Amino acid sequence: MKKFIKRDIDKPKLTIRTFLEPLLFLAPFLIGIIIFTVYPFINVLLISFQEGYNFLSQQFLSYGLENYRMIFQDENFINSLKNTGIYMFTVVPISTALAIIIAVLLNQKIKFNGVFQTAYFLPMVTSVTAVGLVWKWMYNFDYGIINYLLTLFNVDAINWLNDPKYNMPALIIYGIWSILPFTIILLLSGLQNINEQYYVAARADGAKPFRIFRRITVPLLAPTIGLVLIINIINTSKVFDELFPLFNGRPGSAYSLYTVVYYLYDMFYVKWELGPAAASATILFILVFILTMIQLFIQRKWSNY
Amino acid sequence: MKQLQFGKILIYLLLIVGAITMVFPFFWMFISSLKTAAEVNTTPPTLWPSILTFDNFIYAFETAPFARYFLNSVIVAFFNVVLTGITTILAAFAFSRLKFPGKEVLFSLLLSLMMIPFEMLIITNYTTIADLGLIDTLSAMIIPFTSSIFYTYILRNFFQSIPDSLYHSARIDGASNWKYLWKIMVPIAKPAIITILLLNAISSWNAFMWPMLVTNTTNNRTLPFGLYAFISESGVRYEVLMAASTIVILPMVILFLFMRKSIVSSVAQGGTKG
Repeated sequence: MKKFIKRDIDKPKLTIRTFLEPLLFLAPFLIGIIIFTVYPFINVLLISFQEGYNFLSQQFLSYGLENYRMIFQDENFINSLKNTGIYMFTVVPISTALAIIIAVLLNQKIKFNGVFQTAYFLPMVTSVTAVGLVWKWMYNFDYGIINYLLTLFNVDAINWLNDPKYNMPALIIYGIWSILPFTIILLLSGLQNINEQYYVAARADGAKPFRIFRRITVPLLAPTIGLVLIINIINTSKVFDELFPLFNGRPGSAYSLYTVVYYLYDMFYVKWELGPAAASATILFILVFILTMIQLFIQRKWSNY
Repeated sequence: MKQLQFGKILIYLLLIVGAITMVFPFFWMFISSLKTAAEVNTTPPTLWPSILTFDNFIYAFETAPFARYFLNSVIVAFFNVVLTGITTILAAFAFSRLKFPGKEVLFSLLLSLMMIPFEMLIITNYTTIADLGLIDTLSAMIIPFTSSIFYTYILRNFFQSIPDSLYHSARIDGASNWKYLWKIMVPIAKPAIITILLLNAISSWNAFMWPMLVTNTTNNRTLPFGLYAFISESGVRYEVLMAASTIVILPMVILFLFMRKSIVSSVAQGGTKG
């Protein structure tokens, strides 16, 4: 009896019923994915190779690399690659370093852990636009709290948002603050997965706290750190929303702070140049694709431990 | 012993300084929203308003339809959560429990689609929404987001952890797959489903780029874009802008205070934000 049932359920014959039922369960999900992910993905790739596209007639002249040639000759696009790179490679290492410290501290046996966690994680759930406005106010040249604090330390007030020189630092500081909660959470859960016995043994051997940190915590946390670095690099490569509240929708006060996604938005929505927009979107995809491959490689390599 | 005490104090000190830095923008937003225009624009800034006023909130609600934005945000988030919830539960069930040819291939294909950044898809999705005649409607912010590979992936993993024996005995009792899913699996997976719905609600509430692209008129804006548009409509009056920001942020803060544990654990589990 048991044997019969098991075969009946686990190895169904390919009948209309066994084929149709999964399809019905999957259909609502798959329809959305096909229309709003698969189709646009293929379509954008195609558009990026179409030359002489006319938006109104939706027709084009030929296939070729013209759009790519165009964006790589566009100063704004080169700038956007540079800016995105600078943003990624400052925000990610700094926030990760800070997050490691905070996660280690939060992982100690401390009172009010819930209160601390609430404080550290809150920025994760709040709107980038609304919080960005708050930062815009804090960065204000005349009455902003940040410049006031600087004057307390005898530093001259900085024109964060209107002096192009300081636009990037302003964006980076805000970026670090907003990416910290997510980073701390991942690292903290990595720390909590480290077996308590390692620490017990080290303490029994009389190891000092800093030595324990360097010899036990850091090596055992390395896979999590690697993962966090890559995820955050992917996330920061899409920096866009943050620019709007800070610079009134412009890419920096002197249009010098283009990012890849801002360039894509600008080409598509402001200038209606579909070909170059699609080409820059494809470049963004290639970037994320390479980074994801690195992430998968690291995960696979480290999951052997 | 004395060294141990010192260490503890140092830990608390560092944690407190860090916590204040993280929370300060929220504190400053709220304090500024309660100040008069004159007090906001003074140096040195006051840490507490000398005259407490709620006029900025009243002014914000009077100059821009924030009540309308709020309602739109609630409607969009509600339908996003319900529709995504249904498609996710059904798909996760098929991928974890049902047997059909090509299941594994299809699933890994879907996982690889997660690499595609949404920003890349806006060009064609905009055209699709325009072809459907949905530009400047609330549906434009709901329909493209009814399926999520990321949430399906999380829920499928949870479903797979439910023992097979439960399924077999339910099938012997004559329960259909449909009945088994809703009567047994969904109740067991309730915590996982709730965290997925929460994450979905948060990302819907905070979405900025797509709502900006597909809405033209004031009536159909959701809160973040409505707030952004408010800067040009009200002029830069920070006490009013901070009141408006408070309106946008407050619901998520309240949600977070009550649901912190499940939000944090689901973020830790999922790794990526989708």
